[in-house]
Amino acid sequence: MFDRGRRGKKILNREFIQKLEGISGVENVKTSTASRLSYSYDATAGFQSMPDLIISPRNTSEVSQIVKSCNEQDVPIVPRGSGTNLAAGTTPTNGGVVILFNNMDQVVELDEENLTLTVEPGVLTETVHGYVENRGLFYPPDPSSGKISTIGGNISENSGGLRGLKYGVTKDYVLALEAVLPNGDIIYTGGKLAKDVAGYDLKSLLIGSEGTLAIVTQATLKLIPKPPSKQTMVVIYKSMEEAAEAVSAILANRIIPATLEFMDQETIRVVEDYKQIGLPTDCEALLLIEQDGPEAVVANDIEKINEICQRFGAVSITRAANEQEAESLRRARKDALSCLAQLTPTTILEDATVPRSEIATMVRAITETAEKYNVRIQTFGHAGDGNLHPTCVTDERNKEEIKRVEEAFAEIFQIAVDLGGTITGEHGVGEMKSSYLEWKIGREGIELMKSIKKAIDPNNIMNPGKMFAKSTKKRVVVSR
Amino acid sequence: MITLEMQEKIQQGFQEEIEETKLLDCMRCGFCLPACPTYVHSNYDETQSPRGRIALMKAVRDGDIPFDGSVEESIDLCLGCRACEPACPAGVEYGSLLESARNVIQRETNAPVKEKAARKVAFDYLFQNQSAMEKVTSFVKFYQRSGLQTLTRKMGILSFFPSTMREMEKVIPKIEKSNVKKGMVYEGKSKKTKVAFFTGCLMDTMFAKTNEATINVLQELGCDVWVPENQVCCGALQGHSGELEKARENAKVNLQQFLAEDVDYIVNNAGGCGAFLSEYDHLLKDEDYALLEQAKQFSSKSIDITQLVYELGITKETLTSKQQSPVTVTYQDSCHLRNVSRVQDAPREILKAINNVYYVELEGSDHCCGSAGIYNLSQPEMSMKILDDKMEYVNETQAQILITTNPGCLLQMKLGIEREGLSDHMEAMHLIDFIDDYIL
Repeated sequence: MFDRGRRGKKILNREFIQKLEGISGVENVKTSTASRLSYSYDATAGFQSMPDLIISPRNTSEVSQIVKSCNEQDVPIVPRGSGTNLAAGTTPTNGGVVILFNNMDQVVELDEENLTLTVEPGVLTETVHGYVENRGLFYPPDPSSGKISTIGGNISENSGGLRGLKYGVTKDYVLALEAVLPNGDIIYTGGKLAKDVAGYDLKSLLIGSEGTLAIVTQATLKLIPKPPSKQTMVVIYKSMEEAAEAVSAILANRIIPATLEFMDQETIRVVEDYKQIGLPTDCEALLLIEQDGPEAVVANDIEKINEICQRFGAVSITRAANEQEAESLRRARKDALSCLAQLTPTTILEDATVPRSEIATMVRAITETAEKYNVRIQTFGHAGDGNLHPTCVTDERNKEEIKRVEEAFAEIFQIAVDLGGTITGEHGVGEMKSSYLEWKIGREGIELMKSIKKAIDPNNIMNPGKMFAKSTKKRVVVSR
Repeated sequence: MITLEMQEKIQQGFQEEIEETKLLDCMRCGFCLPACPTYVHSNYDETQSPRGRIALMKAVRDGDIPFDGSVEESIDLCLGCRACEPACPAGVEYGSLLESARNVIQRETNAPVKEKAARKVAFDYLFQNQSAMEKVTSFVKFYQRSGLQTLTRKMGILSFFPSTMREMEKVIPKIEKSNVKKGMVYEGKSKKTKVAFFTGCLMDTMFAKTNEATINVLQELGCDVWVPENQVCCGALQGHSGELEKARENAKVNLQQFLAEDVDYIVNNAGGCGAFLSEYDHLLKDEDYALLEQAKQFSSKSIDITQLVYELGITKETLTSKQQSPVTVTYQDSCHLRNVSRVQDAPREILKAINNVYYVELEGSDHCCGSAGIYNLSQPEMSMKILDDKMEYVNETQAQILITTNPGCLLQMKLGIEREGLSDHMEAMHLIDFIDDYIL
């Protein structure tokens, strides 16, 4: 599993290192054992590989010079934010140079007339939230790692979050990008514009490209007014189907909640085991529902949601009277991952996604698959947008069990695709899911993506080993 | 210089003494990163983060990388503040991992002779020998009173020391002889609770007045306060610097001393000591059953003074400041009080409950001040970087009194006030001194 990197690639020579030091300064280039090891992983279990060098450029021009130098010498590049992705997107699979953005972390401009915020890629997601919310504005994308993830990382991964259902994901809030191409060229795409149809939409191509095409060096984000109020409730159901029907009915009644999260029975049991907060362990589903907006609208929506939830057989409905109570209601859902993580040494968090009408089917199928392969998988996630997080608690040292875990997940991906869903809703493909990508987009899709990659990055220096697999996993035949 | 032989021994030591399952608890989510002062102050360098340090320990243990100077630096630079623990969703026991790693490194590398000598004096002699500590501090007292202090300051003798030590010398409080009598029971004003008082070595010497205030406040609140006679240093300074065996020796003495009588609580007034006392059961986990049971009993009775005062109901009474004019206060957490003993509300609630005292929350009060045991002497550069940033936030509170609950933090805050040039309108105080001076 541990890999010293530079598979078949050459070791960086002194001359090349000095060249990079000349570009960004000696203090911004690191090659020590400890530094290389510290940038050999991200948040994905089971993937690790050491880079040869870590560099922190100070501006776009330096990024361009670094990329150009690497391109000339055929040296792999891995752009990295805070290394919180869950698909082995920032592990330096082929060694090479890791580019950091800790020196490019400034808010460049807040434009209150056009409601935009222009930032460098190293700015933390939380910094953006705080900055704009203090001024009555709102940047909705909120990945769970937002306290430490960077905007550059969010754009490269097209990150989602809890507010995806109502507000969309990162790509819906990026108006313009400045990026460096593998040949060192700097491009500008998009603008402070709601409408812009001048040519191919290169901005959209770069968003979610996982560092395989270009390096984002500046982004202009779209802001909206901050919703003035918010209400929170927790609803418990005896069966998964009742919960799923309630979710569908809420949306069919023309209400789009800001948050619509759920936990399955296994997750409820684990959280209750650890926290003893009085969750009913004989129930199959817990829903966390929040609505935001003008006070009267929120009150009206919550009343309606309450009525719908009751109609579909809710065992209990708890509404928060104030922010403190709301926080304690959110607690159970927020604690889900941490409670699971404490169960066993290894936690594998996936994000198979289906149309929301198929949620109950998908959750049942996950439970059955886990039983079939004799592995422990708990599911929680974003009920509103069908983005599920089946989470396997296991031990990476147990090779035999890990093999069964892989087989179970392969089957889960296949079921998701068969239901009209996808192998990954918000985590990305990276190295981890590259061998499943063809299941979702087909051979033709892969070929088209490969020709795009080749046109932009002919020497394959940009995050090599990601997105495209050496071979595709054989399709699982699922008979149910 | 780390030789090949040392590298092998360190790897072996890590394999034997760092539990693999504890390393594997880390799922590398990175949620600890924003909580880590050295990560933030090293311009977000993963190498100086808890996730990075755990990965380094694991890689050295597994033989993926050799233990070299760069790995050593990363482990050395950790403050040990343990702010990463409450931030960790997976419940990684970082403090325990760090302690084991440092223990192995300390044993297997031959630290420079000078440093070793200093350690020997500090750890073998001073902190294990209360009367020696008293002698040294009496010397400091003599030195302060005799005018020698002024003289040496003028002559610049102290310029031979690192600059932090020179600055530190300015803020060391006037040493007063401790009036707290060992072996005594101070009777409470009403009978509610019996407590044993852990005096702490720094508190008992440099902050003797705070110990008197502690007894006074407890008596007022109806506690009989027993001061066990032959108690010794808690062992934290040794334990945190990789001298675990010495820490265990101290712990055993304290078990014997404090469990000689039946008390409701074992109270201390130093967040750092308190955290260590509350983990005696962890420190002595490999000892025999009887001793481990004693350690568990000891740890479960151990409580911080602010938490005890709060639980005894101080906020239910009407508290009014004796000062005529209103006073603005702010509070800096002691890392170990907050992150290990998990006491964060009690001190704030007490301060908020006092009439004529205006409490302002300090931004970043949950971040370490950079004192961290002897860190401010061993890693002066990082320590001062952290302190200077902290003082900017302190300045913004416009507080007249900066309150904390641990001697190390208190000294560092005094140092910060001095460095920032605020000493004419701001002072740093222990919470108990504040209660004693301003309310009771």
